[in-house]
Amino acid sequence: MAVISYREALNQAMREEMERDQDVFVMGEEVGHYNGAYKVTQGLLQRFSERRVVDTPIAEMGFAGIGVGAAMVGLRPIVEFMTWNFSLVAIDQIVNSAAKMFQMSGGQFNIPIVFRGPSGPAVQVGSQHSQALESWYAHVPGLAVALPSTAYDAKGLLKTAIRDDNPVVFMEGETLYGTTGEVPEAEYLIPFGQGDIKRAGADITLVAWSRMVHVCLDAAKVLADDGIDCEVVDPRTLRPLDVPIIVDSVRKTGRCVIAEVGWPSAGFGAEIAYQVQRHCLDALDAPVERVCSDDVPMPYAKNLEDEVQPQVADVVAAVRRALYLDA
Amino acid sequence: MTLPDSARVEPEQAEPTTVDELAPLYRQMLAIRRMEEAAAKAYSQGKIGGFLHLIIGQEAVCVGSIATLKPEDYVVATYREHGHAYAKGIAARPIMAELYGKKTGLVKGLGGSMHLFDKATNFLGGHGIVGGHVPLAAGAAFASKYRGDGRVTVCYFGDGAATIGGFAEGLALAALWKLPIVLICENNQYSMGTPLYRSLAVEDVSLRALAHGMARDRFDGDDVIRVKRRIAEAVERARTTGEPSLVEIVTYRFRGHSMSDPGLYRTKDEVEEWRRRDPLNRARERLIEVGITAAALDALEADVKAEIEDAVRFAEESPAADAYLPYVTKGAQ
Repeated sequence: MAVISYREALNQAMREEMERDQDVFVMGEEVGHYNGAYKVTQGLLQRFSERRVVDTPIAEMGFAGIGVGAAMVGLRPIVEFMTWNFSLVAIDQIVNSAAKMFQMSGGQFNIPIVFRGPSGPAVQVGSQHSQALESWYAHVPGLAVALPSTAYDAKGLLKTAIRDDNPVVFMEGETLYGTTGEVPEAEYLIPFGQGDIKRAGADITLVAWSRMVHVCLDAAKVLADDGIDCEVVDPRTLRPLDVPIIVDSVRKTGRCVIAEVGWPSAGFGAEIAYQVQRHCLDALDAPVERVCSDDVPMPYAKNLEDEVQPQVADVVAAVRRALYLDA
Repeated sequence: MTLPDSARVEPEQAEPTTVDELAPLYRQMLAIRRMEEAAAKAYSQGKIGGFLHLIIGQEAVCVGSIATLKPEDYVVATYREHGHAYAKGIAARPIMAELYGKKTGLVKGLGGSMHLFDKATNFLGGHGIVGGHVPLAAGAAFASKYRGDGRVTVCYFGDGAATIGGFAEGLALAALWKLPIVLICENNQYSMGTPLYRSLAVEDVSLRALAHGMARDRFDGDDVIRVKRRIAEAVERARTTGEPSLVEIVTYRFRGHSMSDPGLYRTKDEVEEWRRRDPLNRARERLIEVGITAAALDALEADVKAEIEDAVRFAEESPAADAYLPYVTKGAQ
């Protein structure tokens, strides 16, 4: 199997879907002539021309809305936000138009659109460019929310997103683009609502998505040295959420830590914690633990940035609390 | 009294017309007026809920402009869209049933007054966020350009939308990409209760076109034939050259912003002055001038009366909405 980057996996997904379906096009800032601010759209302009790889001016609300309108009449836009931070000026189009149109039109208008781009904290880019907003979008009925953690998941989920007849919020890990993984040559799709066990284990369940999957896998390695066997569950999509895969894992291990890079208040981890206690109360040997970023806008200084975000040590500490190993 | 700056447009003669041209347009305007009067009555009886924004006084705008379109052309409207929906070819029955929240409503009682949609007639909605629908309309036009299908999109918005980002961005992108769209500002003098002079430094909304190299027009909407002639130019431009236009039509809503607004921010004199320019009455007088027979006019008016009474009866007798649609993704239970 070929080993390629997360970035290349996304690029392959778009290229293949654009070749398969003439109605699929890509639109966003710097997606064409610049080859993408993060090079995810590299080479698409040369292959598909300006008609299907559309550079936009800085007007997120405008081009997000144009995507929704084009989807109303049957095109299948992939709208790239240079980062999800900038989606906040377009959120009206995502929430009030894309997510609601199907219900509001009595089922007449599907909106087959993918909003995609890098998400989550990056490195030393300050408060406005470094935040995790998946809890915002996962709150809204009518949207699907996908957050791949590996190159394999990135390609399979993006192809599913492009073929979905409904709006998809597709959040790529800004710090994951350079990571690599095995991706089959043959076509494959990963259905939404189907989580993945990224590491099997017997003693405790760690639930994480996007970059936090990797933090949890690193924590699992550290904990394995102490004889603690972690299972790492990646739901891959927060909406729809694969509740059974989480429940089955927690019923097996009896303990659960949820690790997310978002803020704690009204964070998505709270929803997972609710599901775990609702379905696993009799199987739980300890309260569900959550690991989140500190409840502050992201500072610039590297040491403070690290301090704010969940690190391997924070996950290790949460696991030890859940195992009553520390006071 | 003196009309505000926003209302000043060059006085123009009524356009030459014929009974054959004007009668169907008058019929549509009258049906919209009667449909909305019936809706207002039902609202006051508690049979229609939520917001109900009436277009009474502005009927010439939607009727005259949509008369220039082909069935395959797209129309995108605001929450004040009953008239546009009707003019695009949607029957009074499903519109009225939708206002009543009935199963037989245009969108099964799921949208209500502000969210009429009809794929069959290419009516792309009824949108409730001021100006947020302008980029959507540009998107439909973008699709027409992408496909080369020759369709034109017409997008309606009020003067109040001229200050919001969605309008600015939709306008900018439509101009930059030369999208086949006609952006029609229905300048009815007020954004909710705020007169234009308190919301725009330059009250002529059509001037925004100049910043984008876009064609513009501005005229009084009291004559439905004038609306038709002038919008036809913009539609033709969009269809043949793919170029967008911004057209401001000066008009007036006789009622408040919605049924909950008595419109006390306006003087009685002001409302009376505009009522004298009522486009519906003008069309009727004009129809008589160009030679409609009394019998034909009576028949037309009786026909409209019967149509709206039938629509109300249909709405009254229809079953309640019975189910919302499954959400597109099954979220956590």
